[in-house]
Amino acid sequence: MTNLECLRGAAAPKSHNARTIAALTTNPGCSRRAVMDAAGIDKERLASHVGFPARFGQSQFAITRGNVFEAQLKANGCAELLRLLREVLALPIGAAAYDDLESVNQLDARADRSRELLTRAADGDEDAGTLFDHPLLRLEVGGRWVYLEPDLIALQFGGKFYVVEIKSFAVIDGKADGTKVSAAATQSAVYVLAMRRLLAEAGYDPGLVSHDVVLVCPENFSNRPVATLVDVRKKLSVLERQLARMGRIDAIVDGLSPSLTFDLQVDDAGVPQRPVAELVDGMGQIDARYSPECLANCELAFFCRHEARGSTAALGKSVREELGGVSSVSHALSLASGAVPPAEDEIEAAEMLRFAAKLRSECLS
Amino acid sequence: MSDVLPAVLADLTSGLHRGVVVDSPPGAGKSTLVVRATSSMVSSGQLPLMIVAQTNEQVDDLIARLVPALPPGVGIGRLSAQGYVAPPRVAQHASVTVGSKVADLGPALIVIGTAAKWATLSEGQWPWAIVDEAYQMRSDMLLRIANRFDKALFVGDPGQLDPFSVVESERWTGLTWDPMQSAVAVLLRHNPDLPVHRLPVSWRLPYSAAPVVSQAFYPFAEFTSGTGEGDRRLSLSTSGVGGGAVDAAVEMAAATGWALYELPSQHTLRTDAEAAAACAALAQRVVERGAVAYSEVAPDGAPVTEARVAIGAAHRDQVAAIRSYLPESSEITVDTANRLQGREYDVTIVLHPLSGRRDATAFHLESGRLCVLASRHRHACIVVARAGIPELLDAHPSTEPVHLNVPVKFPDGWEANQAIMAHLHGHRVRDSG
Amino acid sequence: MSALTALARVSAVSSGVAQPIATVRHVHLSSRPLVFVPLALAGEANAPLAALVGSSPDAPQLLFVPQPRNRDQRFEFAAKLAAILLSYVDSFCGETETVPAGRNTEPRERYVDAPQILVPNGGGVGFVRLFGRSTRFRRTEGEYAVDASVPLLGRWLTFFAERSEYPGSSLLVSMTGALSMHWATGQSAVEDANLAALVGWIDPPSGMSGAEAALEAEDPLTWPPAGPATDPTFDNEVLAPAIEAGSLSMLESALRSQLMPTWELMWRGVSLLRGLPPGARVEQRWTADRDAFTGFASYVAEGGYPQAKRDVAVAAAQRLARLERAQALYDAQRAYDDPLLLAEYRLSGEAFAGTVIASSPDRIDDSGKRRVLRPHVTVRSEDPVLLGPGASVVSPARPSQTGSFVSVSGPDVVLELSGGMGRGLTTPPGSVPEVGERLTYTTLTESYQAPAAFPSREETPWTHGGPPVEYVPDDEDAAEDWS
Repeated sequence: MTNLECLRGAAAPKSHNARTIAALTTNPGCSRRAVMDAAGIDKERLASHVGFPARFGQSQFAITRGNVFEAQLKANGCAELLRLLREVLALPIGAAAYDDLESVNQLDARADRSRELLTRAADGDEDAGTLFDHPLLRLEVGGRWVYLEPDLIALQFGGKFYVVEIKSFAVIDGKADGTKVSAAATQSAVYVLAMRRLLAEAGYDPGLVSHDVVLVCPENFSNRPVATLVDVRKKLSVLERQLARMGRIDAIVDGLSPSLTFDLQVDDAGVPQRPVAELVDGMGQIDARYSPECLANCELAFFCRHEARGSTAALGKSVREELGGVSSVSHALSLASGAVPPAEDEIEAAEMLRFAAKLRSECLS
Repeated sequence: MSDVLPAVLADLTSGLHRGVVVDSPPGAGKSTLVVRATSSMVSSGQLPLMIVAQTNEQVDDLIARLVPALPPGVGIGRLSAQGYVAPPRVAQHASVTVGSKVADLGPALIVIGTAAKWATLSEGQWPWAIVDEAYQMRSDMLLRIANRFDKALFVGDPGQLDPFSVVESERWTGLTWDPMQSAVAVLLRHNPDLPVHRLPVSWRLPYSAAPVVSQAFYPFAEFTSGTGEGDRRLSLSTSGVGGGAVDAAVEMAAATGWALYELPSQHTLRTDAEAAAACAALAQRVVERGAVAYSEVAPDGAPVTEARVAIGAAHRDQVAAIRSYLPESSEITVDTANRLQGREYDVTIVLHPLSGRRDATAFHLESGRLCVLASRHRHACIVVARAGIPELLDAHPSTEPVHLNVPVKFPDGWEANQAIMAHLHGHRVRDSG
Repeated sequence: MSALTALARVSAVSSGVAQPIATVRHVHLSSRPLVFVPLALAGEANAPLAALVGSSPDAPQLLFVPQPRNRDQRFEFAAKLAAILLSYVDSFCGETETVPAGRNTEPRERYVDAPQILVPNGGGVGFVRLFGRSTRFRRTEGEYAVDASVPLLGRWLTFFAERSEYPGSSLLVSMTGALSMHWATGQSAVEDANLAALVGWIDPPSGMSGAEAALEAEDPLTWPPAGPATDPTFDNEVLAPAIEAGSLSMLESALRSQLMPTWELMWRGVSLLRGLPPGARVEQRWTADRDAFTGFASYVAEGGYPQAKRDVAVAAAQRLARLERAQALYDAQRAYDDPLLLAEYRLSGEAFAGTVIASSPDRIDDSGKRRVLRPHVTVRSEDPVLLGPGASVVSPARPSQTGSFVSVSGPDVVLELSGGMGRGLTTPPGSVPEVGERLTYTTLTESYQAPAAFPSREETPWTHGGPPVEYVPDDEDAAEDWS
């Protein structure tokens, strides 16, 4: 058993997907998350067992809306989507073959079939089709193969591949929520990267896959779709760098106690039996880099926030920075009140804090 | 190498385009181009001509360079705000008339002023214009002055700092006329067919710096140095005493054109005293060591005096901190990146914007800031930083919002910073503290 | 985030309760604000689900859409909201005052008071903006006709939303924004966006610390989200079955239970803010709000078009210039009104406090054409002086007087004063600081800046795409799907 398998224990691994790979870029300094994801640990279940459940519920209204929107786009052989792609990519009218790869059952068979079709398309074989629905791509992440499922890959006739991402958030008067667009762009960049590597391995020019992805969203307050090209070059360079750094996880894991495990010891009734204290202690052995932004991004965030109590980082990066980098709340206050003398590397911070404390007391008295 | 000016002027006078853009990397002869373009337009009768710069200092510098280059008798009108007093370099020329209204400028065929001053005019039309430092100008300023001219030459450095606003608003994102964008960005989005020329050679940056700066900050507009390997040399007349890290860094910079003076890793206040002191010490040591700069302009060598050394930092409080370590009489320039734009020295010391930081912010990652700081030197650049910047960059979350229909801007600050740090790694001198 | 606020946050952690970061209130508070707590349906583009609205704490009106995907029902909701909001707005279109003629302006009438809408958070402001966008272009006759009040509501909501971008405006205020401007909690800004947690820190129930109250406030069962997004568990377990069942009473009670806690928090927030004395310049900014309100009311009365979807080039540049001027003025005004905010500038070196140790009130400068009064004062600063010769500063105690740095030696700053001393060659008593007076000088200025000149929209230059086509709402706008 590898170290990572020991960490996960008996549970089936949670596999990476485009969303979790994208998460590698949201807090790449966090070792805890990196190790947990690499080991395929079910963070949601772990967090819940230790008493800090994540709150990432999804409303059925949102799910329904997303499904309806995608189904509407893909109805009749992607008729509506094709109309949009013709506009935004100048696809010729005639070239509108459609391949639904979702119907292929077995994962590897589907990946092979996807690969075969896509490389055939790269050969310029017109029969290979124009639209590939739910192809299955593989990407190596930290030494493991991960399966990825883009919404769609479009092949521009005689030209480039475009990844198409369908999202149900609205584009209103040409604008959309920048955070949501950013997340969609990162996810699409994962697909672009996987597709480029697939082509490169098969001996093709990876540049055949465009760095512009097609984002399809509902327009204004309607169900009518609108397509926008999004340039994901910056996302690609960040992703490539973070994937290249995955090797560092081995170094982190190697430094952990060999007996460390997050196996929940689920009993026959499906109830985790491992004592919470053991798991909490185990998590404590892997450094986290908590910041309040984690609350929106990571299943372990509430646990980490609890653990980070009393640290200035828990109040936000800018707070810690304004406090001169002093990392603990109580120490910052002691320096501000002059109760403890500053260490040599704290002299400037302490001076500033004392001045700030003086100003506050002067103005509030 | 090719002279782009004839092609630029040919495009401008072809009648096919209302504007021409010339991108100029650091030290590529932008001012020279503006002066030559002006005298060429004067001699071929493309007059009257309006010239726009962004600050009063830029306007005055330009006048000082223009007058000797123009045929005698060509009058220059210096449009200025009330209360402006012309500095000697402007006032000494009889052909320059200063006035706050166009009517006060007499029959001047060339009228020059800041964009802000031009924007106060509500009438008048010049057939020709030159807009200098056009990337430093916000597009709303261009909107206010563009009706004053028919055809214009826009000149500037795309790698420098973008204009900014104190107002944070996403109200206009994605609009082609977003007033927060630079003038050139908006100009080109509305007129994508305008010819864009590039000055291909940096006369300022030495052979050791041009490729580094070009690759990191101008990925799609490569340039080279005008001087070749070994054409510029920095020699130190005296040897260092004790051989400390400061001397080692100065020697490294003299030998290779670059040095990274690395302080022990520590999270500090912006005004990191140790780093500020190191900046001051390095700058002084360059002068104390009797550095002599040998170059195409001074083949027999010219001493690197205090006036030829500058220290650059990201924040004003850092500038104040560094200054406090220099004697009051020192002529070493200490300033922020914003204010160092357009200036040139033999040797520069740069306090790295990310030094001592725990987290990077968009401000600190802005590629233009590092670009300005790393491209002011003719001979050598010494970067002062706490250890740990590459790790900080690797840990930086990539979560900035992405807006639809906003062209991606290159270079990306994160990537440019990675590239510069990778280069500096080979020029590292450690201060063990 | 400033160091003073950061310090207040760590103090809040250690004391268990939020700490003040302002000594006066910087927002205007109406004596009868309209509190509006909207909910939107998950997954949709700002589809209204329900709202509590009213200007009296004990009389909230519940509006809801029984079948949230039904277009007609959405417009019925809009009409009901319009009835409440427009009559609230109308109630301020009564008494006016006459604003005397200015240098370039005619005398005009201005309403003596203006409406104020309070929403829970930034999302609430977004709801107002988007609901305004989705209703203001609707037609009241023809194929897609809606009630006449709906497009009018859209225009007003858009007005409020646009005005809220204006620094210092109080016509549409988010409660989390207003509270966090005055108190620092022991949690992060991200967590402060939760109104219940924020109020928990500021005003914890007795026997509970702010931290405990905030933690409790994160449980959506006790404290449903303040909207517009709903709690997914509520959606799945309560809302969906109620919609499915088509039971109005079930829906009504479910939605009321989701909204009432926030309603009460809103009024608690109002009373917390009322507990602070207003800053001296709050009234001045409210007057600007009343001007804006009066102007828009007459625009609407004259049948003006709905606001455009996006700003054209000239409008965008003009608006940015207005916002920048307002921002600078707002920053200066707050610092002038509030020593604690001014202290932030002292900390950053853009201000200093000290005591006058020498004063020559009758000093005359006769170097120019005309003899002028230019007193010198020497101020011994308590703060590090980072400003130097060339800097010019103002003291909030004498806002019309400017001091120029003459010299700095150690803590002593010599300033040359001009302005605020009358026109003569002797200073009126009190106009020049006397020895022993303690004051603060800052580089912030609230002096008038002339507005910039812009070309007309018809003169939009070629660099910006040339003159735009005049925007006229068309059938497509009126027919825009809402699904």
